[in-house]
Amino acid sequence: MDELKRKTHGEPQGEGPRLEAEPLLSELHSQGHGSFVAPALDVPAVRAEDAIPSHLLRKESQGLPELSEPEVVRHFTRLSSMNYHVDKGMYPLGSCTMKYNPKLNEEVASWPGFAGLHPLSPLVGAQGALELMCLLDEALRAVTGMSQFCLHPAAGAHGELAGMMMVAAYHRDKKNEKDTVIIPDSAHGTNPASVNLAGYRVAEVKSGKNGCVSAESLRQVADERTAALMLTNPNTLGLFEEEVLELAEVLHGLDGLMYLDGANLNALLGVAKPADMGFDVVHINLHKTFSTPHGGGGPGSGPLGVNEKLRPFLPVPRVEKEGTRFVLRDHEPKSIGRIHSFYGNFAVMVKAYAYILSLGGEGLEAVSRESTLNANYLKALLAPHFELPYDRPCMHEFVLSGSRQKEAGVRTLDVAKRLLDYGFHAPTVYFPLIVDEALMIEPTETETKRELDRFAEAMQAIAEEARKTPEVVKLAPVATPVGRLDEGKAARELRLKW
Amino acid sequence: MKIPENLKYTEQHEWVRIEGDTAVVGITDYAQRELGDVVYVELPSVGDEAKAATPFGVVEAVKTVSDLFSPVSGEIAAVNEALSTDAGIVNKSPYEDGWMIKIKMSDTSELGSLLGPQDYEKLVGKEL
Repeated sequence: MDELKRKTHGEPQGEGPRLEAEPLLSELHSQGHGSFVAPALDVPAVRAEDAIPSHLLRKESQGLPELSEPEVVRHFTRLSSMNYHVDKGMYPLGSCTMKYNPKLNEEVASWPGFAGLHPLSPLVGAQGALELMCLLDEALRAVTGMSQFCLHPAAGAHGELAGMMMVAAYHRDKKNEKDTVIIPDSAHGTNPASVNLAGYRVAEVKSGKNGCVSAESLRQVADERTAALMLTNPNTLGLFEEEVLELAEVLHGLDGLMYLDGANLNALLGVAKPADMGFDVVHINLHKTFSTPHGGGGPGSGPLGVNEKLRPFLPVPRVEKEGTRFVLRDHEPKSIGRIHSFYGNFAVMVKAYAYILSLGGEGLEAVSRESTLNANYLKALLAPHFELPYDRPCMHEFVLSGSRQKEAGVRTLDVAKRLLDYGFHAPTVYFPLIVDEALMIEPTETETKRELDRFAEAMQAIAEEARKTPEVVKLAPVATPVGRLDEGKAARELRLKW
Repeated sequence: MKIPENLKYTEQHEWVRIEGDTAVVGITDYAQRELGDVVYVELPSVGDEAKAATPFGVVEAVKTVSDLFSPVSGEIAAVNEALSTDAGIVNKSPYEDGWMIKIKMSDTSELGSLLGPQDYEKLVGKEL
């Protein structure tokens, strides 16, 4: 283990000793080792048999492992040190915006006034929390140009579904007969799922040779039955949809709505507003763009912003200011109703608002400019070594193809696994689907030039290995706690327990 | 990569074997390699209608989920039940044990619009 620890980023870690598998707590158990002692009884003793019906009583001991406190602490510390996270190194997972999460945000969210607040507290005791929601709404309006936000959705896909339900409510209200939502072939997989759940049929529009959707191709798919176009901008190739204004014109001409999947908002802060691009409804991801933790560490938050057209349909309850007081409004006749218990994931809102305040408008603009610069820099470093199917200036992310390596029998999955040996998290692979052997890389603004250079060196070294010693890449990873996992097995041999 | 001479192919990477008025359908060796580990195959029921160039089922792999397109029209005469317990057969034996459905064809003239082995090889050559 010591030998492994000394090894650093940027060098292949070879076939070093693998970390030994961490035993389960039940395997660490030893009789009489438990460190918990119950305090002396200060109430009259009651026998369990007298207090609980016999059919509900356990017949034998549950067999909980007995361990000392340091054994338990060390077990979880060892496990946590095997984990990879953004506090440990670069996490270039495309479309996920795995930026660093400033610790200040955590501190603010843990203030007792926020952390200790009960969701059923009378409004008089929750004025600060309600004000924060209003201020966050205001900040998100300033960033996007939308009229109002609902902060309730617990994740991006939840925002998508709520957004699509609002689209449906809008068309019902206007007695429009619509049944289809158009989605580009480069879209996130959640888009068609949300559309289907909201009761619409999906129609696909193909991206052009430049990686974007053209108004011409949209016109061939769109008709009177089109309820909305669901677009990601910049799209999943990291390219700005250049004809977005024309696309909006096509949709609005049919009284269809423009939906923005705001997963890639990190490229637009302070630079361009979705409202100016013609979007009627947009979800954004606080856990991506606004630096709150995500990726198994959530919870997330996917606020939903709308323009005046859709405002009446926003979910309830809505926070509003009445004189000097903040109130919650529940009775809105056209609302799609509640979409989350209480008011959404409040602690995430606090962290996002702390981030917005600490950066300010200029800071947010710098985020987008630097994330775009970082992506273009990394793209230029990697372009000689990997196929670049859309060779144009990118926004905050870009997509490479492993097609050159594929000729030597090395697949993108192998490249991704080998990166783990070099001490980096792998990028998103095999997405978007329109790129063969795709590698989708998003460095974010929080990586330094030195870290970007080290990542590029690792990728270059792997490209060279793929040419000279492909078997090394195909056997990766060798320096991780466990080797190559059988990715199909878990799905093929389901053991569901709950 | 195997492209058997005696089969016909679609542009969506299904193969067809003609047995009298029945078409046996599965996905090609190229398709299973591109998909990676197949974990689930969703198939229609016997007696359902199949329509040419229309999805008849779904194949789910570790990487992605794809529609399966029917090469011809007709009635589903049989489905490969073995795939419901072990979808990995599609990877191991795409042209034999990994067959998916049998269609009793209603219009054999549709076979004319399918690709021959040489055309299919050209198609996947282009994709490679």
